[in-house]
Amino acid sequence: MLYYLAKRLLLMIPLLIGITIITFGVIHLAPGEPVEMQVAMNPKVSAEARERLRKFYELDKPLHVQYGKWVGRLVRLDFGRSFAPDGRPVIAKIRERLPVTISLNMIVLILEFALAIPIGVMAATHRDGPLDRWTTVFVFLGFATPLFWLSLILMYLFGVRLGVLPISGLHSLGYEAHGIWWQIADLAKHLVIPISVATFGSLAGLSRYMRTGMIEVLGQDYITTARAKGLSERVVIYRHALRNALLPAITILGLSVPGLIGGSVIFESIFAIPGMGKLFMDGVMARDYPLVMGVLVIGAVLTLVGNLLADLAYAVADPRIRHGRERAL
Amino acid sequence: MTRRDSYLRDVVWRRFRANRFAVVGGVVVLAMFALSILAPYITPYEPNTLDAYHVLLPPSSAHWFGTDEVGRDVFTRMLFGARISLKVGFVAVGIATLIGTVVGLVAGYYGGWLDSLLMRFVDIMFCFPTFFLILAVIALLEPSIWYIMLIIGLTGWMGVARLVRAEVLSIRERDYVLAARVIGCSDQRIIFRHILPNAVGPVLVYATLGVAGAILTESSLSFLGIGVPPPTPSWGNILASGKEFLEFAWWLFLFPGLAIMVTVLSYYLVGEGIRDAMDPRFSTRR
Repeated sequence: MLYYLAKRLLLMIPLLIGITIITFGVIHLAPGEPVEMQVAMNPKVSAEARERLRKFYELDKPLHVQYGKWVGRLVRLDFGRSFAPDGRPVIAKIRERLPVTISLNMIVLILEFALAIPIGVMAATHRDGPLDRWTTVFVFLGFATPLFWLSLILMYLFGVRLGVLPISGLHSLGYEAHGIWWQIADLAKHLVIPISVATFGSLAGLSRYMRTGMIEVLGQDYITTARAKGLSERVVIYRHALRNALLPAITILGLSVPGLIGGSVIFESIFAIPGMGKLFMDGVMARDYPLVMGVLVIGAVLTLVGNLLADLAYAVADPRIRHGRERAL
Repeated sequence: MTRRDSYLRDVVWRRFRANRFAVVGGVVVLAMFALSILAPYITPYEPNTLDAYHVLLPPSSAHWFGTDEVGRDVFTRMLFGARISLKVGFVAVGIATLIGTVVGLVAGYYGGWLDSLLMRFVDIMFCFPTFFLILAVIALLEPSIWYIMLIIGLTGWMGVARLVRAEVLSIRERDYVLAARVIGCSDQRIIFRHILPNAVGPVLVYATLGVAGAILTESSLSFLGIGVPPPTPSWGNILASGKEFLEFAWWLFLFPGLAIMVTVLSYYLVGEGIRDAMDPRFSTRR
């Protein structure tokens, strides 16, 4: 297991390097220099200040030197300072926003698994029946609905029309004055719509995957054996089949990380949730390059970590993996 | 060979037709095409003509989906918006499919270091939350529908590449490919005549689902205000302007969202329908 872990960690290094190269390349796609952009927004910046900025970002050096210096600072978690008026270090901004995004996505992931697995299993065991068809339509609806659209409709319905749920942010005004339970209830109320919408949207992928996996497993010989020796259908499905059908779902867990992080831009923008997605969107709109680069790198690294955790979980669950057999792609 | 092909096609087509959801999806997809092509003949209005006397009118027999804040007919804008949204979907997926197929073919067929290099690149691209990458690039460029298509395409080819590579790897070892090589066929001929045709099916499925995804991505970008630049109508930016008037002009907001949903759903049902119809594992009902 340790050997496996070490191998996986080593494999991450070239990926990390690739991530930094692509991020660096993306930012340098911009016509003109980042400094020009920053200056264009503030006409009062003198030529001398511009020169100073250029020095700071080493824009007078050749590209590979710029890249080298940038990566050197990255390793020390120094992403430079934000272009925003407060000029705070990018890493400080990310650090304060990241926990919000991660905890929200964790809740969504847990709900997604809790709902998608039973849906997929039911669809598989009632294959081609009405239940299968209609759950298919339901999960496809979740995939097909523009989530920002659904969010706004729910906000309008529950927030504006019925007035039962708050429509933005994480807390009500003056929440500090209340007791802890009140605060928790308040937070929960703020999160009901964003979390339900995000969960609804994420069900399709996993439940389809579960359905396919289950159908495949149910066709295998050991299931026939289990049935033949007279086990009840419940035991066959939930004890024998589900365990093996669950394995691929772990991989999906890892694969869904970038989608969740990317989706947080939309949710956090709509609901004014102070997470990394909103930070990124604000940075993009203000052309705050150090911030955009920083979040891009952090987002990709999070994905890497997510994949690593999923692979480790897979290795824990499936002995065939951790005993050194190379997994095909 | 040809007879077997047409036989296969018949079987796939028959199975596809037996799938009611897929057929409904297919009909909607075709209907959307017809509507967007025939747009000028269907509606008496122009998509971009302002009309100060008919601002924010609710749906009526004259304006089926009402009018927007500058008096444009929403139904008309949605018909013309369908052209843009579908165009973005198809061009973006076309780009993604082309890149993905080439990368997958090269990696799978030639193997070795080239394969490792390309597949590591795919891994790296997969690490980025796609939406972050798209936003970052778009923020740097002038707003334009061509950039949108290009960027959605450039960030969406990796799945196709993996798919094609896997197909190539399995087909490459078949006897008929060996036979083709023995009789002296060139690499090109083997790739294009013997390998590619066999990989078309899964790629087609992937591309159909991709169109759905690209339409959604475009609408999200336009919704955030960095997609198709106004006044060009797209479903996303009609929605985006609708959100400002959510409280007293629900029609501006409701209809484009429904259009996106129905279209995306249809592409999805068609894609799944093709997949199920082609998959031999799904052929016999147990």
